[in-house]
Amino acid sequence: MDWTRILTNVAGELFAPATAAYALAAIGLNVHFGMTGLINMGQAGFMLMGAYGFAIATMNGWPVWAAVLAGLIAAAIFAIILGIPTLQLRGDYLAIVTIAAAEIARYTVRSSSLTWLTGGNAGISGNDFKGSFQNLCPLPEGSWALGPFQYSNCLSNSWWLRIVGWSLVAIAVVLVWRWMKSPWGRVLKGIREDEDAVRSLGKNVYSYKMQALVLGGLFGALGGMIYVLPSAVQADALGRTLTFNVWTILLLGGAATVFGPVLGSLIMWAVLMLIKSVLRDMPWDVITSTQAEAFSWVLVGVTLMVLVIFRPQGILGDPKEVAIDGR
Amino acid sequence: MAASTLTRKEQIARDLAHVPHKPGSTKPDPIIVADHVTRRFGGMTAVDVHHLEIQRGAITALIGPNGAGKTTLFNLLTGFDRPNSGEWSFEGTPLSRMSAAKVARSGMVRTFQLTKALSRMTVLENMRLGATGQPGENMLTSLFPPAWKGREDDITEQALELLARFKLDTKKDDFAGSLSGGQRKLLEMARALMTNPTTVMLDEPMAGVNPALTQSLLGHIEGLRDEGMTVLFVEHDMHMVRHISDWVVVMAEGRVVAEGPPTTIMQDQAVVDAYLGAHHDTDLGDDSLLDDDVIDQLEEEAEAEEHSRAEDGE
Repeated sequence: MDWTRILTNVAGELFAPATAAYALAAIGLNVHFGMTGLINMGQAGFMLMGAYGFAIATMNGWPVWAAVLAGLIAAAIFAIILGIPTLQLRGDYLAIVTIAAAEIARYTVRSSSLTWLTGGNAGISGNDFKGSFQNLCPLPEGSWALGPFQYSNCLSNSWWLRIVGWSLVAIAVVLVWRWMKSPWGRVLKGIREDEDAVRSLGKNVYSYKMQALVLGGLFGALGGMIYVLPSAVQADALGRTLTFNVWTILLLGGAATVFGPVLGSLIMWAVLMLIKSVLRDMPWDVITSTQAEAFSWVLVGVTLMVLVIFRPQGILGDPKEVAIDGR
Repeated sequence: MAASTLTRKEQIARDLAHVPHKPGSTKPDPIIVADHVTRRFGGMTAVDVHHLEIQRGAITALIGPNGAGKTTLFNLLTGFDRPNSGEWSFEGTPLSRMSAAKVARSGMVRTFQLTKALSRMTVLENMRLGATGQPGENMLTSLFPPAWKGREDDITEQALELLARFKLDTKKDDFAGSLSGGQRKLLEMARALMTNPTTVMLDEPMAGVNPALTQSLLGHIEGLRDEGMTVLFVEHDMHMVRHISDWVVVMAEGRVVAEGPPTTIMQDQAVVDAYLGAHHDTDLGDDSLLDDDVIDQLEEEAEAEEHSRAEDGE
């Protein structure tokens, strides 16, 4: 077994763009669930809005900033449409509506009648929308190696994308940290605990929940953009599985904590890569690489169950909070 | 202190002395005036109040047997439920169909029968949440601490004062979920006071409170009146009602059936009927009940009652 290569692979995951994308999406979900108690089962839908909004706007010749804005606005509109009917109802309804809406969005963009706009089933290939982002790259052309990690400076899965992705994560973490410590975050936390109590104190609960839904959706949209930039936009990559992975990350790291979503993303992708690489390198021939891939996902499912049963507060969560009966 | 307490109670008693002891009577200085408030759940009329006035600055108790519609009326007045018809005003401002949050902001704050302490927040955070006028509760302003730190310090000071008054100051850094039932009631009341209300609505403040705390809770409620607040509370415990209230409103089957001072209200025939039934003195083993004459007479009474109720409903 080639441990050097395995560990290099694992370490590479720790700063991969996809890891940053998941961290951003999980930060958004943390605003929904951890801070406000909204059960959003359709975070992939917000990521999809960001990814498609960005890609389609770019293809129509919009500059990067305008394309990013387009993705964010698409996600905000999605949030408002979901929120208007459901935020006045109890939590479970939002879960049902968000999972359905995310699926509706996915089926819509992959439908063949929209091929002219979204590329339908095939999606939007990378070369069609990456250009303007890559042109912004301040780094010289070519590629650069940091120890064993060699990536292109500007193209696709690049250093440039890593810098942007992780900078966004850093900004998001700082913002969420500020919000959590602020009176605004306190109102959200109160809503998470008991919205009628907060209402009885004269706060407009509906408006706060809407703000949280939109804000978390915006982080999800940014995550969606980073998620598609290394490769291509493909509707089926932005489906339920993505949502559940984001949930696993959030619960692993710890909901309602500042660094939980980032830590969860790092651990999840590093461990996943470790399991896959080790299984692939097994000297005896028990498992094919396809099976190894599937098996590592089985392990993710088991981890999620073990986590929720034995450490519901996640790695960074405060066990005291969980010890108290929520109601 | 004791002398001023007495005068305040006496003064209210004097103000209310000439108010007739009948449902819907007019008060000298009403803060809440409700008219023709009805709330139906399917075919059942939970609340059907023709006219009700609540005296400013007094402790008014709302009592009645189970299912009398007390909590429903409470929910309507505080915006937590929508009426089928009717309107009411608070300090002259119409409040009907206003959202619960707006009602609270207008100065009428409530507590809940099942205490709503925000369990996974500390006692102090619970208190701070009750405060009004915190600019940091705006999403964008909250990112700039200098914009709200000053107000936050004032809020914290107010919160600590209230916690000290309610003897919860030693618990300020504990999670609210770790408090006992009675302490949660105290916390909920203290939190409500953070909004600087003019009227406090308490839904069964004594439910689930251990007897040792009852006395201090009663003291706190009287304290609210002595500070000039209006208190309306729902209660089952007649002992408590007699002890602290200035005026009692009795509800049964959704309607106000009697009003009066606590000392005499329990002798009111309508109240006795509401709690015990009109024929509570009748011996069920009495053979004379089987006479046709008596049965006819009872049926007539029942019909007359139905009839008068139908007339009232118009």
